[in-house]
Amino acid sequence: MTTLLPAEFADLEPFAAKWCLPTEHERYHTRLASTMDEMQALYDAAKPRVTDAMVYLEKLPFDALPEDAVNLLHLLYSTIEVSFPVEVWRQPRVPDTGSASFDCFIEPVP
Amino acid sequence: MPRFPKPPEGSWTQHYPELGTAPVSYEDSTSPEYYQREKKAVFKRAWLHVGRVEQLPRVGSYFTKDIRAANASIVVVRDRAGQVRAFHNVCRHRGNKLAWTEDPKLDSQGICRQFTCKYHGWRYDLDGALKFIQQEGEFFDVDKSRYGLAPVHCDVWAGFVFVNFAPEPEQSLREFLGPMVTALEGYPFDKLTARFGYSTTIQSNWKLYMDAFAEFYHAPILHAKQSPEKYSAAAAQAGFEAPHYQLDGPHRLVSTSGVRFWEMDADLLKPMEIITRSGLFGPWEKAELGEMPPGLNPAGCDPWGLDSFQLFPNFVILIWSQGWYITYQYWPTAYNTHVFEGSAYFPPATNIRERVAQEMAAVTFKEFALQDSNTLEATQMMLENDYVNEFHLNDQEILCRHLHKVVRDWVADFEGARR
Repeated sequence: MTTLLPAEFADLEPFAAKWCLPTEHERYHTRLASTMDEMQALYDAAKPRVTDAMVYLEKLPFDALPEDAVNLLHLLYSTIEVSFPVEVWRQPRVPDTGSASFDCFIEPVP
Repeated sequence: MPRFPKPPEGSWTQHYPELGTAPVSYEDSTSPEYYQREKKAVFKRAWLHVGRVEQLPRVGSYFTKDIRAANASIVVVRDRAGQVRAFHNVCRHRGNKLAWTEDPKLDSQGICRQFTCKYHGWRYDLDGALKFIQQEGEFFDVDKSRYGLAPVHCDVWAGFVFVNFAPEPEQSLREFLGPMVTALEGYPFDKLTARFGYSTTIQSNWKLYMDAFAEFYHAPILHAKQSPEKYSAAAAQAGFEAPHYQLDGPHRLVSTSGVRFWEMDADLLKPMEIITRSGLFGPWEKAELGEMPPGLNPAGCDPWGLDSFQLFPNFVILIWSQGWYITYQYWPTAYNTHVFEGSAYFPPATNIRERVAQEMAAVTFKEFALQDSNTLEATQMMLENDYVNEFHLNDQEILCRHLHKVVRDWVADFEGARR
């Protein structure tokens, strides 16, 4: 089976297919479509590994990251994305925003 | 006892006596008829920000923009001499929209040598000159030199592109911006090119969203659920006071003090803020941008938080102390709807930690703005019901009072001049 993440982060591979997403639009909408249990599972697994991931990625050229490293970076972004509901709100959407939405039309790459 | 000194008159509002202190009406935000007057008196007269020069990197780079509040659709282009120009985006032949891609209702961008109308192939060069008429011999005495694209007044300040739809603008862009805004010159806007841009349609009058980001009195209350309970409780207890407000012509400014999150106890912070060393106020590691221009941090706060420059009518430049900035723009589409565009600009990240900190700041910004925008719909609904029409603004809401007064003044000036 092909893996998405660097071998050092095999423990996060179960989350990779769903959460290694290149755009804010995909990450945000995956968050809204996920249960709190799903997000809690990602958070519990990935949060203790965020610093390790940054140390790993820092050793690579930032402007020429290999594909598995880019996937790892996208997983970090998703971990940030789910941290808001997990750490404070206990719901996928920020409270009192039932009819609000923002479309992200440009963001830095990677 | 105020946390920061107020002007000798006793309040910021009374420091500007033309504002008054009486309750205000929001009839200017609930009336289709008033919106029509506002379009003529404000949006067809004021300089309007439409983009940044970085969107036009090369000769022939262009973008289009529909500005419904001025009944206009323009194309902004970098011409052969490297100047930024704006034209009405309309073919001189039979009025077709000139530059568009797939859906003529959507803005587009690109690069070209000349503009070619999709309908009958008339062509215009980057200076707007009409260069080619398909089957020219079939026409009756068309002098091509007289039928270039219709120009729109266009000027650039600090890399921000502005247009003006008046036949002759009453002021140059620089005069219009005035000393308070132009004192931002020297800020390295051209170096902060890593952009997170967001757009949405809001079910409220455009001025209500201007108001929402013109005061931080709401912040500890509306956004209480964004933070750990202990932080929110302390913030609500403290309330909000700004160290400095300033008005200059139609424009306005609020400056705030900063927060040293990195010195706080962990139970006041979200774990992900500690890991990424970032949050609402931006990356905790300040981007070094060199000497700041004299117009920033007018109260000399240490720590300083941000300065929010609100440029009349519908553009905000908010500069954070941590080396990044945000812009807000509010484009009316009806008396009770508008399109909001918000962008966060950072120096391009050079390493992973910087980039991750930017991601945390940008995601946090969006979550706060979602709460702000949802609330506006609730306000608009109730204002339109019109059972209650007198509202109290406190001294921390001086800038809301000023915006509505300036709009009223511009409408009165315009309509008075026509009589």
